[in-house]
Amino acid sequence: MTATLLPPPVSSTQPPGPPGFGRALRAEWTKFRTLRGWIIAVLVGLALIDAVGLLLVRGSIGCGTASGKACYQPLPTGPDGEAVTDAFYFAHRTLTGDGTITARMTDLTGRYSSHPGQVAAGQEDSGETVGTQPWSKAGILIKDGLTPGSAYAAMTATGGHGTRMQWNFTHDAAGLPGPVTGSSPRWLRLTRSGDTVTGYDSSDGVTWAKVATARLTGLPATVQVGLFATSPGVLVLTESFGGSSATGGPSTATGTFDHVALSGTVGGADWAGGAVNGDGRPAPLRDGRPLVGSYRPSGGQITVTGSGDIAPAVPAASTSPGATATIGDHLAGIFLGLVVLIVVAAMFATAEYRRGLIRITLAAIPSRGRLLAAKATVIGAVTFAAGLVAVGVAVPVGVRISRDSGFYVLPVSGAIEARLIVGTALVLAVCSVLALAVGVILRRGAAAVAAVVVVGIVLPYLLGTAAGLPDSAREWLLRVTPAAGFAIGQTIPRYAQVTARYDAPAYFPLGPWAGFAVLCGYATVALAIAYLLLRRRDA
Amino acid sequence: MNAAVPALGRALRAEWTKQRTVAGPAWLLAVVVVLTIAVSAAAAATFHCRPGTECPVDTARLSLTGVQVGQAVVAVLAATAVGAEYGTGLIRVTLTAVPGRLTLLATKAVTVTVPVLVAAAGAVLGSLQVGRLLLPRLSLADGQVLRAAGGSVLYLALIALLTVGVAAAVRDTAAALGVVLGLLYLFPIVSAAVSNPHWQRRLDQLSPMKSGLAIQATTNLPDLPLAPWPGLGVLAAWTAAALLAGALVLRFRDA
Repeated sequence: MTATLLPPPVSSTQPPGPPGFGRALRAEWTKFRTLRGWIIAVLVGLALIDAVGLLLVRGSIGCGTASGKACYQPLPTGPDGEAVTDAFYFAHRTLTGDGTITARMTDLTGRYSSHPGQVAAGQEDSGETVGTQPWSKAGILIKDGLTPGSAYAAMTATGGHGTRMQWNFTHDAAGLPGPVTGSSPRWLRLTRSGDTVTGYDSSDGVTWAKVATARLTGLPATVQVGLFATSPGVLVLTESFGGSSATGGPSTATGTFDHVALSGTVGGADWAGGAVNGDGRPAPLRDGRPLVGSYRPSGGQITVTGSGDIAPAVPAASTSPGATATIGDHLAGIFLGLVVLIVVAAMFATAEYRRGLIRITLAAIPSRGRLLAAKATVIGAVTFAAGLVAVGVAVPVGVRISRDSGFYVLPVSGAIEARLIVGTALVLAVCSVLALAVGVILRRGAAAVAAVVVVGIVLPYLLGTAAGLPDSAREWLLRVTPAAGFAIGQTIPRYAQVTARYDAPAYFPLGPWAGFAVLCGYATVALAIAYLLLRRRDA
Repeated sequence: MNAAVPALGRALRAEWTKQRTVAGPAWLLAVVVVLTIAVSAAAAATFHCRPGTECPVDTARLSLTGVQVGQAVVAVLAATAVGAEYGTGLIRVTLTAVPGRLTLLATKAVTVTVPVLVAAAGAVLGSLQVGRLLLPRLSLADGQVLRAAGGSVLYLALIALLTVGVAAAVRDTAAALGVVLGLLYLFPIVSAAVSNPHWQRRLDQLSPMKSGLAIQATTNLPDLPLAPWPGLGVLAAWTAAALLAGALVLRFRDA
């Protein structure tokens, strides 16, 4: 009996003196672990992320029919594995082995729909306006066959960006500036040597300048070579009630060529004309027939007309209306989970003040810095682990469900998918640490939750992505508030050579890690203020 | 003890004394007014309407943007008024003094909502006043604008009542606030992530914030998921459900 009244023997593993960080960490972990409510809350948050994300997959299928198969055709995949739009008109011949194609362009014109947005894909377009799009293209092309998505290199005149050399969809190099006209023609040349294709341009056909050298790995001996034209859809941004919206419509481009010369082993007696149609939707109609383009030789001149684009696909790009889904679209539940985790993190700090436990805690761990670090480590690690599990399930499973139900999801590399999953878990962890620090600063659970959820993260994100604020204000919100951290969800890069609405939630004003750094900055400042207040204030 | 004062009146006076004699509620009401006007002014200032052109933005709604932030402070106020009693154990004393559970909930609802109504009126009128300075063609004499203003005040009062109900049900300030803010802000985020227009419309109709704030719209009314007054009705339905849940928990569970 008496033995139970004795104080427990001092363990030799706990030396006298101030407790170290390890013991503080263990104490805080025990506090967290043994409260059933908090563990349940974390599990609920985790379940919400998965449940909402996966339940909403069906809601993301946006063509109004029951099955995505009816309206989404998969986009071709480029040589580097990204989804691409590969639709153009091509007057081509075969070239075996090394060789060169040279042509002079004297004109690039175009037509586009006068009332974009009112003409759906596969329907008749009546009124048209004359003019090119900024990225209307016509020029010369060397391509690995006629399959959409195959490797290529092109020298092209554009509607608004001068002469360019582009290859394998994502690469773009600038040549001579200025538009093509009869008085200032553009000479274009592509030379194939083994795996490499070199592009040159010239304004007189005498002095040539090299634009770039493309390395097309695995280019076969026989390739298609010729003249092409293509033009992406019109993109019109309208600011209106409830924010701004983007509408698009088809457009065509016509290039006029002469002095076309080929050297090397060329097959076929004449050019063969045909459309390459790889943009995941039926071609628009004109005069009741699909708008596939044309090729017309007249005297020494050849004109080629085409519609589409040769470019990487981006979410909501005007040229690929169906391909709007990214793997990040399966994380719609993240905010629901985040609010739960913020409440837990804020209470982890403020619950100590409610019943005066903080005085016992500080008696046991007198070092304010050590206590704060231990608390931040525990809550950060718990939310990171929980987030990693939740997001690690939601993304791969959601993508799988989407693809099984016929919904096209833009493919990304494994590294990008890993960045999305780990990055999102990191954002959850840093948000929790921010909530903890604000909880220590304000010492009231309700105030801390309101400050972090409303002022800090969720409301700026909401106003920045969904509500009817002007574009400049929305961009500013996603740049300077902690909501910038959600930039980590960007999985498809921006491309200078694709005209699209690069807009939240698929795109943020800051890059993935830059946005995350903004969030970390807020958390660091909040922790510093919490540390100073914890030192200066009596508990 | 004065037996002439009926039980409800005494309970009301007790709750009002609690609200009045703590510094927190008064500060929070001031924050509601200041924050609402500040955010509204910021939103109105970022908008530039080119002279001579048709303004594509609903000016009344734009100048009431701050309500979307102010509602969170209203929720803090209401959640604290109910939840704080559970945090300190005061609720047991309160229930000894006022044993009628429904009486207590009703008095709490009244003593929270009436000050909120006053603050909301100040916040909304201030926001519109700032909007009139910054935006063209915004007149308080317009019937639509008056409806947007009056409706916004009612909206904030309904948010206070919703939070009272949720806080009585979950019995913790921070958790109640998490539930309310989740309910308000997450519907719009989820609906923005959904690209199917049919689903989007249905989510917007269910959302207490999106539907409730339809009361602020003065242009393009047919584009709304719900007409202004039915929209506010959706929020009222959520509020009624929350108060019912709160009343049931208070009535059938020990404090």
